[in-house]
Amino acid sequence: MLDYAWIIPVIPVVSFLLILFFGKKMPKGGSEIGIVAVGSSFVLSCITAVQWFQRVEDASGAHGTEAIKAFGKGLLSAGEEHVIVEPVIHTITWWRNGALDFSVGTQIDGLAVMMLFVVTLISLLVHIYSTAYMHDDRRFTYFYAALSLFTASMLTLVVASNTLQLLVGWELVGLCSFMLIGHWWEEQDNTNAALKAFLTTRTGDIGLMIGVIVTFFAAGQTFDIVAVNEAALAGEGGHTIWVVGASCLLLAIIGKSGQFPLHTWLPDAMAGPTPVSALIHAATMVVAGVYLGARLYGVFWQGFSIDAGGVNAMAIVGGITILIGAALAFVQNDIKKVLAYSTISQLGYMVMGLGVGAWVGAVFHLFTHAFFKALLFLGAGSVSHSGSHHSFDMKKDMGGLRKFMPVTFATFMIGSVALAGIFPLAGFWSKDEILAVAGQGGFEIFMVVGLVGALLTAAYMTRCVYLTFFGEYRGHHHPHESPKAITIPLIVLAGFSVIAGLANAAPAGIEKFLEYVEPRTAFPEGILVPEFDYLLAFISVGLALTSIVVAWVFWTEKRQFGLAGLTERSGTAKAGHTFLLNKYYLDHLYTDVIVGGIKGPIARASYWVNMNVIDGVINAVGRGSTGLGRVVYKYVDQGAVDGTVNAIARETDQAGGLLRPLQSGRVQRYALMLFAAVGLIALALAIFG
Amino acid sequence: MILNQFLILAAVLFCIGVYGVLARRNGVLVLMSVELMLNAVNINLIAFSAYLRSTAGDVFALFVITIAAAEVGVGLAIVLLIYRNLHSPDLDRVEQLKG
Repeated sequence: MLDYAWIIPVIPVVSFLLILFFGKKMPKGGSEIGIVAVGSSFVLSCITAVQWFQRVEDASGAHGTEAIKAFGKGLLSAGEEHVIVEPVIHTITWWRNGALDFSVGTQIDGLAVMMLFVVTLISLLVHIYSTAYMHDDRRFTYFYAALSLFTASMLTLVVASNTLQLLVGWELVGLCSFMLIGHWWEEQDNTNAALKAFLTTRTGDIGLMIGVIVTFFAAGQTFDIVAVNEAALAGEGGHTIWVVGASCLLLAIIGKSGQFPLHTWLPDAMAGPTPVSALIHAATMVVAGVYLGARLYGVFWQGFSIDAGGVNAMAIVGGITILIGAALAFVQNDIKKVLAYSTISQLGYMVMGLGVGAWVGAVFHLFTHAFFKALLFLGAGSVSHSGSHHSFDMKKDMGGLRKFMPVTFATFMIGSVALAGIFPLAGFWSKDEILAVAGQGGFEIFMVVGLVGALLTAAYMTRCVYLTFFGEYRGHHHPHESPKAITIPLIVLAGFSVIAGLANAAPAGIEKFLEYVEPRTAFPEGILVPEFDYLLAFISVGLALTSIVVAWVFWTEKRQFGLAGLTERSGTAKAGHTFLLNKYYLDHLYTDVIVGGIKGPIARASYWVNMNVIDGVINAVGRGSTGLGRVVYKYVDQGAVDGTVNAIARETDQAGGLLRPLQSGRVQRYALMLFAAVGLIALALAIFG
Repeated sequence: MILNQFLILAAVLFCIGVYGVLARRNGVLVLMSVELMLNAVNINLIAFSAYLRSTAGDVFALFVITIAAAEVGVGLAIVLLIYRNLHSPDLDRVEQLKG
């Protein structure tokens, strides 16, 4: 399968076409085609993963994976050979332009294998879940077709062996998320949200396009990802060009992965159906940005001088995003929006992880986050499907649901605890890995940011769980447990949320990500592999637990502490609350200040400049020119030029009159002339040739 | 084999065709004359192909036949339209492009 990985993205493409043309005629409206297709992709991805493990173990030879681990940690003793596991690359020529070959192909290595597994698994679960959730939808078949295409695009992006193919997959993913966010386009809000998502990410996509072009030239005219990374690490063509390339690619990540300041589209994207939100937030759309960062890591390593420590643009963007995302999650009443801001914050961890040199940590966090965030979104969907009658408002329509929906409640709890980073669930291990690298690699300030983020995460998830599942039921319906098609994906994801973290549990000696996922070629040498820091782990878990307890007390016992209505009574608290409710006024900045500014004052100002300054100059020039023009007109133009032109015209007219009879309009006359001419030429050739 | 007879036959056919194209007024007959010219060429091609023991000429002849079929289709469509517009197949009356 390592050599035939192209089959994995092709299957959902075929399924997309089949659903499009035959879906409506199928008994289950095309959903069975989608499930079978994504299911087979999932099986093939698992086979690919197993074969990749085998390949790594074969390459490490007699020493076993210990040798690989030692190599990854830079602990090679003298005499030991380097263990190099090349990625499996297959390409075919797409088209050829001059000396340039544009190819498409697959590049299978640890990162690709991991992503294949995550994307196909989550997509499969979402497909199954949607059979119940979207049951009576008017565009059920169309929805499944779009899901298939979405999966196919993401898989194309994941296996891409060159940046051009990456760009194609990237744009397709953006297009599909536009289609799915606007699935219920009859309502203006949903259409607006879809447009906003598309246009905002397009802003970042310009960065990707320029970045691809810059790296293409910087690496000596190649799109090949391995070659680009190698050239970047060697610093070919000087440091500056890589700074430019890395900055452009960072813009792409900011747009796609919802980083500050282009994160505003992500919460609005909640307008789409909940399974789509789960897919977008866990496996496809937003992780594309982080995946780009991990894929072209050499460019960022060189461009942002990550090995030097201190601060760099990537870490700053990630760090800011962690904090603002987490803070915004506190004031949302819509359960999906809480989760959306939580995703933004967690993506901030990943980008910050890449920025501080924690490649393994960032990728590991992507892996674990995919499971618990998909779980939380699907759980929220389950609540709205069966508990609150299609509402997502936690304050109005939820509360006390733990009695009615035990499975949803239990799985949602597991997801929340994993997200909060409590030992030993998934989120703890990956978050801790990032923080440890930040602490030990000279990025202490970002470690503190990460710890504060962990504190906030635990608190807002406590609020969310409390409002949804505890207290009294505030809705007016009859909540009940969801059907099996919904609960089974939840249970599977809950299982993964518990165990996924153990894939790289450093203190237990399990470091599968270091062994199998971290690349061995075209990768920064001497990248830091952190020692497991027990103190840090205790601090982060301690902070999270404290914050859960404090938040719990705050929301359950609000009245006793006189805190109820705090926002109404205290000016400062109210100002802060309003500030957060308005999402830092960023949307206002974009629509009112920037767009409005261009429409209003700036347009008026340029109009004034236009009328007074430019027009004045033009008028003066104009008057001078007319005076000169009159003189020229009288003598040069009328006399010399017109005279000549008229004479030529007269002669042409007369010559035309002479030739006119030839243009008889009769086809046979023309044919006669043609044959006569051919005859004359033949005669001439016969005589003179 | 003797090549001359074939070439003479082809030349005669071609000349008849040229005469028909130039002198006939009826559009349908002009088209038929064009076919005569094409077939004269075909005879030449086949004759040389047989004479030189090469199949290239046969292939060309096949192409000419195919193209001729298409050409007649288009040509008849044009004649039909001329008839509809001018109520006569007479090509002399088609002189709207007179200079």
